Amino acid sequence: MRSLALWRAAGLAVLLAVVALVPLAGNIELTQVGVLVLMFVGAAVAWNIFSGFTGYISLGAAVFFGVGVYTVALITRHLNLDGGVVFALYPLGGLVAALVAVPFGLIALRVRRHTFVVVTIAVFFIFQLMASNFSWTGGAIGIIPPFLNWDAATVWNPFYYAALLIAIVAAVLAWAIWGSRFGLQLRAIRDDEDRARGLGVRTMRVKLTAFMISGFITGTLGGLYFYYQADALPQYAFNPFFDLTIALMAFLGGFGTLAGPIVGALLLEPYLGWAQQQVTNTYVAQIVLGALFLVVIIFLPRGILPTAGEKLTALRASRQRRAAERGTEPPPGLPVGASAAGSPGSTTRSAS
Amino acid sequence: MGTFLRAITDGVLEGGVYGLMAVGLTLIFGVLDLINIAQGIMVVLGAYLSYVLWTHLHIDVFVGLLITIPAMFILGVAIQYLFIRPLRGRERTSMSLLACYAVAIITEGILYQTFGSNYLSMNTYWTTPQATFKVFGYYLPYIYVLGFALAVVFVLAIYFVLYRTQFGRSVRATMQDHTAARLVGIDVNRVAAITFGIGVGVTAAGGMVFGELNAFNPNTGYDLISRLLAIVILGGMGSIGGALGAAVLVITLASLVDVYWNPEWSTVVFYGALVLVLVFRPQGLFGRKEARAQ
Repeated sequence: MRSLALWRAAGLAVLLAVVALVPLAGNIELTQVGVLVLMFVGAAVAWNIFSGFTGYISLGAAVFFGVGVYTVALITRHLNLDGGVVFALYPLGGLVAALVAVPFGLIALRVRRHTFVVVTIAVFFIFQLMASNFSWTGGAIGIIPPFLNWDAATVWNPFYYAALLIAIVAAVLAWAIWGSRFGLQLRAIRDDEDRARGLGVRTMRVKLTAFMISGFITGTLGGLYFYYQADALPQYAFNPFFDLTIALMAFLGGFGTLAGPIVGALLLEPYLGWAQQQVTNTYVAQIVLGALFLVVIIFLPRGILPTAGEKLTALRASRQRRAAERGTEPPPGLPVGASAAGSPGSTTRSAS
Repeated sequence: MGTFLRAITDGVLEGGVYGLMAVGLTLIFGVLDLINIAQGIMVVLGAYLSYVLWTHLHIDVFVGLLITIPAMFILGVAIQYLFIRPLRGRERTSMSLLACYAVAIITEGILYQTFGSNYLSMNTYWTTPQATFKVFGYYLPYIYVLGFALAVVFVLAIYFVLYRTQFGRSVRATMQDHTAARLVGIDVNRVAAITFGIGVGVTAAGGMVFGELNAFNPNTGYDLISRLLAIVILGGMGSIGGALGAAVLVITLASLVDVYWNPEWSTVVFYGALVLVLVFRPQGLFGRKEARAQ
């Protein structure tokens, strides 16, 4: 078991090293798509911290994203900020998004299940309407950031590393929450909220905290997106597709698991980025996304990682059973009962 | 005074049509315990079907309902059979909602691919200035009254089916308790499929009237579904009378805002009302408390 953890750590380190080296390859398009992939990793992990852990499916994450976009856009415009300074503003976008999460959560978290989903959608549309109708948001014209006169070959590198940093922080945060008392409370709410409350979990406070953490990360990403997209427009900042895509990523990888959203985003976003570049008609990409969603829901309802884990366990169990049936006596040094109770992983490896 | 009466009349008549679409949504919720996010785009699809029948085959939109309603009914049954029924397990309810969302974006993509993103309006007899009559000093198009009448007829028909037929009895039993309904020999799967078909089928009528009253493009579905969801929650989920009442109430309110304030903001009334009601009455205006425990 110990060696397994070591292998995992080594694998993670190699993966991180490879990801960190991508911009050095010098391929501008690759780096550009990489920024989006890392942003979606962060957003899907953030979504999972609230929705995956508590079971409250939110389709309003784009509210936080859009608030982040507009916060950074408005500050940049009014203070006439330029260049690298803007990178320091991203956490501010997150902060405002976390503040927005308080009234949003206080209203939405009073209701459960379907009604909660619907309320998040309704709040999302209120924000989209406000962004297009208020005069100070720039309406349909939007807000354009000052031009970056950086070297064209490396212009995306700072964005890439900023997105990577946010994604790593989100993943570490999710991991820390998962095992903590707070994480256990969240998961207790997911399993049975009334019982959790009966056992002394302050459900509203716990849910709201997770909602705010999720909102903070998503808002920070929104701030990053403003300069990346170089425009703050209502339909991109508050995009219903964003909500749907991150939910699909989390479900694809494994809803409510730690690695699931990361795997889902790493698999899906490259396709979406590619589809947007390849298919001249984005509607085809939209139809494919919907079809993909249906396939995942029907054939992999629990996501890739949990399903793969189950299959692996079943395979090991059947191998052990077959090994036991082959001889009435178990193979020397491999008592069947002990191996089943002990570590099944090492047994299979030595048996095969 | 005339403006006020006009706003009220428009609101009540159009509210009836929204009521019909919302009744489909709330019926599906009551029986299948799922929110059909695709209802909005289905209304738009219904409008496009009527549009195609009129422009290419010159079939009057009211006669065309004889084709579009059965077509939408079959589509609804097919969606339930293919995408909703196979879902199992603990996350079934959230999954079914996401499945409906997926159906919605596929339908939207197909509509964009077929008709483009330009706004269409139906140029039928019903949209011409001749098809109006004078009331309160204004010219009110017939289509408002006919659409309202159509909605009333359909809602009455749904009521009749629910409360006067054997099938309606099994639908109501399924709404109350799935397991018990199955135990007394009701084919719950069949009831669910037909209910989904009816819920989607009425969008053909709703969509036709909507298309006569408004210009539409595939993106209109989002606007529609958010309005319908607000109506259904306001009325109390699963309550048919509540959906009707809330629809008339909210659309009249929006119509008044439209006239006295600004059309851009009339949509905000929906969500403002929704948020207010949820703060003070989470179960909706007409809903029973804890109608469906988790």
